[in-house]
Amino acid sequence: MAVEKKLAGYLCTGCGIGERLDTSQLMNIATREGKFPSVKQHAMLCSPAGVKLIQDDIDAGAATHLMIAGCSRRSKVEAFSFRNVAMSRANLREGVIWARPDTPENTETTQEMADDYIRMACAEVKFMTVPTPSGEQELNKNILVVGGGVTGMTAALETAAAGYPVHLVCDEDVLGGVWKDLYKRVPFRAAASDVPNGRDVDLPGPEDPGIADMIERVLANERITVHLNARLSKTSGAPGRFSADIDVQSGPTVTENFGAIVQASDFKPYDANKLPEFAYGKTPNVLTNFELERLAKAANGGPLKRPSDGKVVESVAFIQCAGQRSDKEGHLPYCSGFCYTESIKQAMYFREQNPDCDTTILFDDLRTPGAAGEDFYRCGQQAMVTFTKGKASAVVQNGKGLKVQFKDLILNEATEMDCDLVVLATGQVPNNGPDPYAQLAVDEAESEEEKEAARQKLAVAPPSILNLDYRQGTDLPQLKHGFLDSHFICFPYETRRTGIYAAGPVRRPMDMKQAMEDAVGAAMKAIQAAESAAQGTAVHPRVGDLSYPSFRKEGCTQCKRCTVECPFGAINEDEQRYPVFNESRCRRCGTCMGACPVRVISFENYSIDTVNQQIKAVDIPDEFSEKPRILVLACENDAYPALDMAAQAGIETTPFARVVPVRCLGSVSLSWITDSLNSGFDGIRCRPWKREARGR
Amino acid sequence: MTAVVATNETILVVGGGISGMTAALEAAETGKRVVLVEKRPYLGGRVTQLYKYFPKLCFPTCGLEINQRRAKMNPNLTILTLAEVMGLTGREGDYTATVKLSPRYVNERCTACGDCGTAVEAEFDDDYNYGLGKRKGAYLPYRMAHPARYVLDPAIIGTPDADKAKAACQYDAIDLEMREETVEFRCGAVIWATGWRPYDAAKIQPYGYDRIANVITSVEFERLADPNGPTGGKLIRPSDGKEAKKVAFIQCAGSRDRNHLLHCSRICCMASLKQATYVADAFADDAEINIYYIDLRAIDRFEDFYNKVRANQRIKFIKSKPASIVADKDGNPVVHGVDTEGYNRFAEPHDLVVLAIGMEPSVDKDDFPVSIVINREGFIEAAPENGGVFAAGCASDALDVNRAAQHATGAALRAIQVVNRVARAEV
Repeated sequence: MAVEKKLAGYLCTGCGIGERLDTSQLMNIATREGKFPSVKQHAMLCSPAGVKLIQDDIDAGAATHLMIAGCSRRSKVEAFSFRNVAMSRANLREGVIWARPDTPENTETTQEMADDYIRMACAEVKFMTVPTPSGEQELNKNILVVGGGVTGMTAALETAAAGYPVHLVCDEDVLGGVWKDLYKRVPFRAAASDVPNGRDVDLPGPEDPGIADMIERVLANERITVHLNARLSKTSGAPGRFSADIDVQSGPTVTENFGAIVQASDFKPYDANKLPEFAYGKTPNVLTNFELERLAKAANGGPLKRPSDGKVVESVAFIQCAGQRSDKEGHLPYCSGFCYTESIKQAMYFREQNPDCDTTILFDDLRTPGAAGEDFYRCGQQAMVTFTKGKASAVVQNGKGLKVQFKDLILNEATEMDCDLVVLATGQVPNNGPDPYAQLAVDEAESEEEKEAARQKLAVAPPSILNLDYRQGTDLPQLKHGFLDSHFICFPYETRRTGIYAAGPVRRPMDMKQAMEDAVGAAMKAIQAAESAAQGTAVHPRVGDLSYPSFRKEGCTQCKRCTVECPFGAINEDEQRYPVFNESRCRRCGTCMGACPVRVISFENYSIDTVNQQIKAVDIPDEFSEKPRILVLACENDAYPALDMAAQAGIETTPFARVVPVRCLGSVSLSWITDSLNSGFDGIRCRPWKREARGR
Repeated sequence: MTAVVATNETILVVGGGISGMTAALEAAETGKRVVLVEKRPYLGGRVTQLYKYFPKLCFPTCGLEINQRRAKMNPNLTILTLAEVMGLTGREGDYTATVKLSPRYVNERCTACGDCGTAVEAEFDDDYNYGLGKRKGAYLPYRMAHPARYVLDPAIIGTPDADKAKAACQYDAIDLEMREETVEFRCGAVIWATGWRPYDAAKIQPYGYDRIANVITSVEFERLADPNGPTGGKLIRPSDGKEAKKVAFIQCAGSRDRNHLLHCSRICCMASLKQATYVADAFADDAEINIYYIDLRAIDRFEDFYNKVRANQRIKFIKSKPASIVADKDGNPVVHGVDTEGYNRFAEPHDLVVLAIGMEPSVDKDDFPVSIVINREGFIEAAPENGGVFAAGCASDALDVNRAAQHATGAALRAIQVVNRVARAEV
């Protein structure tokens, strides 16, 4: 769509701009230096009349490239949202008059700031084009769910309930996953509202796990196709056009296309063989919490017996944090969170069967959060489960029974207890694939020690789960302790692989209720990714952005920096090592553009030129005028808003700085730095997404 | 009159805090029409009043900035502020909501230039700072408020201040004739994200919140730490402005307590660990921090943060639910109790005591305009009886920000399932 550029400038004189600045000079700059044939002035551009002024020009075909000078690009966004035009905004309010004191001695430098921002906005918009859809869009409503456990089944059912077809890939011969052997589950609810406050009657107790029912519903659902004994041998493509080869044991490989993917590979129980101090493996009477469920399920309401000799258990100790919350070699440093309520539930199995059974939970911090958690703790207390604040050090054989040695933290003394059975509350280990950046960690290790640790990790990497045909590895990136990617606080589902969402305990340790809730959220994101791909718009955080990176192949030197540096693994390489961009995997951060040494990558609305031209447009004063010029490249999510708000608070900023918002500091091209120094800037300040940038 | 365009394929989100915003945006970004109703004059809820997030100690502002930008740019989203849902009738797929809109006295023409704020004189307790500071009768609720529009305090209406505000506005943005109005509109599904409020600390009688100036709550302490707060970020105590170098944090203040809230509020342990770092950062070796706790609930990866804080020698952990707090002659609050690890009695004076106050649901059980399953602590339980009403975030349980956003994302899908069923039925 090669339409002639119609440049149109609009200057708002409201909010003090007209009083503080020489607006006729600003108009002159836009027309003479900016070469804008039309520049209009309005006393309140964001008012319906002001907006109409602009819209009329657009409708009349007189404006395709708008330069709006007034408030910050963060203000009045709703008013200045014009369709199918390119637009730049000169920040004269927050960026100039609010940031400078209104005194005569400052008038000159304040005006110079405004002049420059007009020059910059004029230059920027000239080099922008209106984003148009690439034609790569496809709506594929199929959602792929990887993992046949409670998390995966929930994701499948919830996706199907929204009207989207699902393929569920399960690597075992039955559905149910790691929790399928649960005898009962921890109750999902707190006490009902008709339970009078202060009286703990009818506290919810352990309940049917509901897994058999869930399996039935999955198998009966006509929108869900289940692949048992199946693994993904290859996954390629991008949101809207993923292609997955599903290998079924003793059957042909099936290739299906998908809009998006949920990875719900759950967790592996911690290997208790690493806990010899608790006699695990030395006697059948020391079990993990996972093994006890199987024992209880087999007993099916009958008496629970000691595995070694079939004696009905009369005393049992639950050791919390077994191999967890510990910095010992081979232990898990984190807390798996689910174990406390799990142990209370299991203690209640014994109490229900045999009211004389002594059930002792040895804990350090009892962690039963929320309303349901705390009510279940009370439920355990009502059932006369004993809670002892103590740290177990060893479990030893004592005749046919066991002896637990521990430090009683209340009495502050070492002591011991006899019991028939010991249950170790062991944790969850994420069932992940290999870390795609493990090799990078080896390459970039700063010390020999680090390198060795990274090599070790690489050597014991588990088999791939997704087998992504991506330049940047076969699986989702990992956070600490091997849990899969997630933006940890604000945006829990955002991963560095667009359109692939992790759910459940593979993402963070969690209990069954949380895993099910988590699956719903991941299903939501998967559906959204598929729908966004069909529209050709970016997903979080630049939702609605229609631009995508384009690259000039003639100039490319096949250096691979863009394919290596893309934080989202969006760029593959062809046989000749040219980059292959995958539009719907791209998050529009611009890191590829910043990485490219030969400047061949750009976006329609954000490019080397749009910034470079701004830099060049700045008027550089005479060397001896004592007016230095500092280029500030400010992160649009963080530093730029902080500057706006500082101005709003009346905090003065230097009149010598010229601020250019950038999508991400990763998008900063070295050419911007060199060109700015060449053109006479005295300094450059990069303000990234950084803790201390805001709030001050 | 305000007109709200909505059908039975529209999703109503009640509450514009982090959960409501998340749910509304996720649904709107999937192409659904969403009406977001918020009681306050701005979005973001209690998250806007936090200085930092645990465990990263980053500022909530960058996530809020992204969410606000998402909201500004989304044509599927209608935001009603100063709005409260008064009634909800009908059934899943076909509800009618009645929403009360309180007057802001400022219309969309407001540019947030601030002239009205300068013109008026009367000052009021600033809710945003939990009453620790003052604000004008014409005000922007906080610096980053979205919508970025001023509000007139109803108390100045009919006073000369209101006329001063109107006269100061060059943009015809002040409308003193605005009246409360009620709008009705249809929706297919409802996401209930009304969040939480801090438990009333004065009810915890032995801790003397209402008697001792230097006993404050954790939400108030958060405002003190914020450079945009009433003390400009200085950790000084209310009675005499002395620097609060020796600070006690009392866990489970109102939570896990038969006399108060029965539930564990989940966030307080982590919040106190975070706030302990504020004191440690401000005063380094002069800081003395005592955290009195029952159980330290640093679940999953939070354990790393707990270990990091615990490594600081200036921060001590005492397993104790303190019995009482009394002030000494210098106004220092003295914490009395027994350290249950070893059973040692203590009476420890501090500069300041911070009560890690519990979270209770914002909406009282009896005030829900619709019949849904609510547990005895006032949180909404997921249940088929709830029809097309789905809780999101802290309306369902005491949750941290991450878990609230996670839960709200799921709630968005539940609502989409309903409106998609409606759409399919009508095809």
